[in-house]
Amino acid sequence: MSDPITLDVKGLNCPLPILKAKKAIKDLDTGQVLEVVATDPGSVKDFEAFCRQTGNELVSSSQDGDVYTFQLRKA
Amino acid sequence: MTEPEQGSATTPRSMSMIVTKGSLDWAYPPFILATTAASLGHSVTLFFTFYGLALLKKDLKLKLATLGNPAMEMPMMGGHMTMPNIVGMLPGMETLAAGMMKNMLGKKGVASIEELRELAQEAEVRMIACQMTLDLFEYKAEDLIDGIEFAGAATYIETASASNINLFI
Repeated sequence: MSDPITLDVKGLNCPLPILKAKKAIKDLDTGQVLEVVATDPGSVKDFEAFCRQTGNELVSSSQDGDVYTFQLRKA
Repeated sequence: MTEPEQGSATTPRSMSMIVTKGSLDWAYPPFILATTAASLGHSVTLFFTFYGLALLKKDLKLKLATLGNPAMEMPMMGGHMTMPNIVGMLPGMETLAAGMMKNMLGKKGVASIEELRELAQEAEVRMIACQMTLDLFEYKAEDLIDGIEFAGAATYIETASASNINLFI
């Protein structure tokens, strides 16, 4: 499998991380993984909701200090 | 606690909003929700009426009323500052307050209304300008952004009756 595409949305606030992730995932093939790196604490819940609503899979969600990393697999 | 019912990701869903306010602070909820709903796969319709119509102008000069808004606190030097009504009444205060708010929004990584509106258009959010308001306030269609529709209450009701989420802002 190819390396995940990384989207850096550090410093951006709601709803930009979701909007930019949506745009980025649109260009991926089914099964490809998008890695989103964010600093918005609200994005933890929001990426869960985003994935439930869009059907994409939230492969992982992790936190390292003030940085949150999400891996989304395109459905 | 269980998560609320999410609905199937594959069923088409839709949201409509009536947008009635045109100040900088009130411009955020409709555009944030519209762009987010579109990102989540909803088809979205915004119906701009009365002061909300100003949000469709090509040239946005959004202001902020501090008057009669006691809950408005601006962070300042580690604390919060409120604006007494007597100060908020002074000429230029709305422009000044809007400038402070825009500065704060930029620093916190919040998108501008112009940016959100552009993203909404990119996401094919349907925007309807209330024709009656256009006539009432004597706005010209050419002063408003391209790609919008002009219609009335019946169009909104038809849209709302087929939408899962209907909001009045």
